[in-house]
Amino acid sequence: MASFIRKILKALGLGSLFGRKDNVKLGLYGPPNGGKSTLANRISKDWLGEEMSTVSHIAHETREIVMKEQINITNEKGQGLTFSLVDTPGISTRIDYEDFLKRGMKKSQAKARAKEATKGVIDSIKWLDDMDAVVVVLDSTKDPYSQVNITIIGNLQARKIPVLIVANKVDLKRSNMDLIKAAFPQYEVVGISAKYGKNMKDFYEILIDFAG
Amino acid sequence: MVTFQFVPYHDMQHLSSSKRIQKLISIVKNEKIVVMEGRLRKEEEAGLIEETMNSVSRAFPGIEIGVIYPESGKLQGFEKLKNNVVNLLLGDRQGFTVVGPASIVKKIVRNPGKLELFTEEAKGSKTTKRRRKK
Repeated sequence: MASFIRKILKALGLGSLFGRKDNVKLGLYGPPNGGKSTLANRISKDWLGEEMSTVSHIAHETREIVMKEQINITNEKGQGLTFSLVDTPGISTRIDYEDFLKRGMKKSQAKARAKEATKGVIDSIKWLDDMDAVVVVLDSTKDPYSQVNITIIGNLQARKIPVLIVANKVDLKRSNMDLIKAAFPQYEVVGISAKYGKNMKDFYEILIDFAG
Repeated sequence: MVTFQFVPYHDMQHLSSSKRIQKLISIVKNEKIVVMEGRLRKEEEAGLIEETMNSVSRAFPGIEIGVIYPESGKLQGFEKLKNNVVNLLLGDRQGFTVVGPASIVKKIVRNPGKLELFTEEAKGSKTTKRRRKK
């Protein structure tokens, strides 16, 4: 249905989300450990040949906004899209110092990490207004009905920022992309494995399709 | 012991966004679970997360939040129209918002029709489960 509406909008010359701006900012948003930085690295490596972010199993690895400019993606038909990719810290309602201690960090490290993580969440929210379009990266093995997910998507909707939802980690057995589709029926959802590059071609096609 | 504090809509109705957020944070920092009539605006929810992050300390690791409200998507025809009129008249009064301190509320799970609150009163104690059915 969403793609049908998009085709009609395109036919009317209204389908381009990014077309009217030269410097398009495409943000990667979502809760911690959804795979935003893994996806950022995948995109950056696929099109620029280099990674852009540090990845870890410990939540809040990305504590600062990381941006890679002038990424050009193209498809087989020769259509393309140029954008700046913005990898953001995961948005969360809690930062527990104890969680970092449990992961084997020293007290001073855990304290510093918690402080940086809180600042990272604040920065992510502040940067929402600067985005031209956002890819919300959700872990498809986890419950999508969390209030953080609903708040992120609701805020993007309120700001009229176009949203594409990525159901990441589809390579895992517990992955349930249908649950994400059911939770956010008004958005297009694409299932990928950023870690293994599964279905990235479809992901790029959809991005280009949005760009008209 | 877990304490729930009810915040009726009329207590929040005339407050500015920042005062609404401050009110919720101050109750939660006193280790109480807020049950608020209605919902915050989307921007206020983001503001609540920002303010929470500004308040995070070792004693206050943050909040857990859950919102439950009537789903208009499943309604059809006259019922949908009626629901839209009610929304227009009552604004953000429909539904409930539950906000608790992360030190007490381990997580809030929202399935479309119900909220499940998993609390942890003290280290080493068993996790208890409370349900609020729509």
